[in-house]
Amino acid sequence: MIISIASGKGGTGKTTIATNLAVSIDGPVQLLDCDVEEPNVHLFLKPEIEKTQIITTPVPEIDLEKCNQCKKCMEICRFKAIAVVGEMVLTFPELCHSCGGCMAICPEGAISETGRELGVLETGARKGVQFSHGRLRIGEAMAPPLIRRVRDCTLENGLTLIDAPPGTSCPVIAAMKNTDFVVLVTEPTPFGLHDLKLAVEAVKILQIPMGFVINRSDIGDDKVRAYAEAEGIPILMEIPFDRKIAESYSRGELFALAHPEWKARFIKLAEEIETLTQRGANKK
Amino acid sequence: MKEIVILSGKGGTGKTSLTASFAILAEKCLLCDADVDAADLHLLMQPHINKQTDFQGGGVAQIVTDKCTGCGTCIDMCRWSAIGPDFVVNEIDCEGCGVCVDFCPEQAIDFPTKICGQWFISDTRCGPMVHARLGIAEENSGKLVTLVRHEARRLAEERGLQLIITDGPPGVGCPVIASVGGATCVVIVAEPTVSGIHDMARAMELCRHFKVPVVICINKFDLNTDNTLKIEKMAHEEEIPVVGRIPFDSTFTLAMVEGKTLMEFDGSGSAAKQIENVWSAILNTPAMTTSN
Ligand code: SF4
Ligand code: SF4
Repeated sequence: MIISIASGKGGTGKTTIATNLAVSIDGPVQLLDCDVEEPNVHLFLKPEIEKTQIITTPVPEIDLEKCNQCKKCMEICRFKAIAVVGEMVLTFPELCHSCGGCMAICPEGAISETGRELGVLETGARKGVQFSHGRLRIGEAMAPPLIRRVRDCTLENGLTLIDAPPGTSCPVIAAMKNTDFVVLVTEPTPFGLHDLKLAVEAVKILQIPMGFVINRSDIGDDKVRAYAEAEGIPILMEIPFDRKIAESYSRGELFALAHPEWKARFIKLAEEIETLTQRGANKK
Repeated sequence: MKEIVILSGKGGTGKTSLTASFAILAEKCLLCDADVDAADLHLLMQPHINKQTDFQGGGVAQIVTDKCTGCGTCIDMCRWSAIGPDFVVNEIDCEGCGVCVDFCPEQAIDFPTKICGQWFISDTRCGPMVHARLGIAEENSGKLVTLVRHEARRLAEERGLQLIITDGPPGVGCPVIASVGGATCVVIVAEPTVSGIHDMARAMELCRHFKVPVVICINKFDLNTDNTLKIEKMAHEEEIPVVGRIPFDSTFTLAMVEGKTLMEFDGSGSAAKQIENVWSAILNTPAMTTSN
């Protein structure tokens, strides 16, 4: 089973839920940090990294000896990543989406592919928790291909948790799609609710069952709860604001490890998600 | 004309609340919301929308069933596996590269331009505002950010406004890169948590990469004063000005619930005083005083 933990708004506590859930569950669990722009899971999980890989995406390389300036590559590229200027062929690797169109269309076989670095993929573990994350290279614009590489680390069996990036655009979709359940972490404020509604729409498009976790549940107002009820989306857990929790978070601590009562609540959360997922699967 | 772009790296550090407060303090400015994926600034500014325009993103492949012979060329060529065995394109997976369109021997694939969102020109109590809404599950956020910032500049020129305050997106990817280029000054709102520091460092590196002047504002500084000192030390080593510390204050949330900026909600409180100090420190940084 794959559970993604997402949120429209950033900073609502996605990583807190993902990490505390991972360390609470007894038995094998995998945690994939797909927030490759700002991966934070490792700061809390503190895994031992066993493998580091540089991840690249293919971009064109031109053999000017073979090129006869037919400009077919320039015409096919929808991303303006290749331009034929006089005798020269200029490539703009940072604009390239790696579709391979130019290479396929070149009648002279003058185009091959080389790699543009997207970032790194690191894999490791901490106790029973298998861990992988991607870290987008600074200056690299495209997160989704790196996110897909992190997703490729998904183990066949057992439970996989995914920490998704914030928002509702392509990086989030790449992190959430084809998962079995989405936990949307929110806070009961106008910003929280506004962004939650957008996230719900995204999850609906992907047709994945979902539930809410309300963090800092005693600040703000009651509108998130009213919305959940109107939409028929279950509230799986509420975590009241506690300055102590906020401070221990600031130090990179996992509160489920220090407080057995929270550990028990996270185990219950995992069980509830499993029940809801099975119910969803039965309906299909 | 000057443009201040507010970033944070990590979400939820108080970026948008501070942006709105700065707008109140600036008195005359143009507001630009470049967080097109999860725009929240309008919840505090209640803009009156004067003009709404569709945002044309890229193309999306559509197979015309009548013309398709099922040769499978498109499936083989699509690197996103966006075309199913039934020769139907999954719009969410389609990257819009158009390769299938060009290689289909039957010319059976259309490539209509998608409307990926809307952008708006509005009025607020602080002046005009340019903002946008990227469609759910859409791509091209960077392109929309570039458009919104371009329109903001154009409008500021038209209205004779000297200052643009831009609320940037979280992260360091495509929309953030589109937000920082050409900014007069980037303000990174950092929080003194391990993740806040980690993400601030990445946002700082991004600004260095694109050679944009940057300053740091520490929000919720009293949550962890050791980490606050650590941020100040990091900034010092990088020769980045720290424009101030703002305490953790639940008033921010109360103001947000009322749809107000903190300056309007509790202008005489201690957080408001700190925001005023931060704002004048930003205006007095070398980046803001030397350029034009
Ligand atoms: S346009 Fe590109 S991504 Fe979309 S279906 Fe065709 S080949 Fe695949
Ligand atoms: S390449 Fe054209 S004809 Fe062949 S399967 Fe695809 S759409 Fe049909």
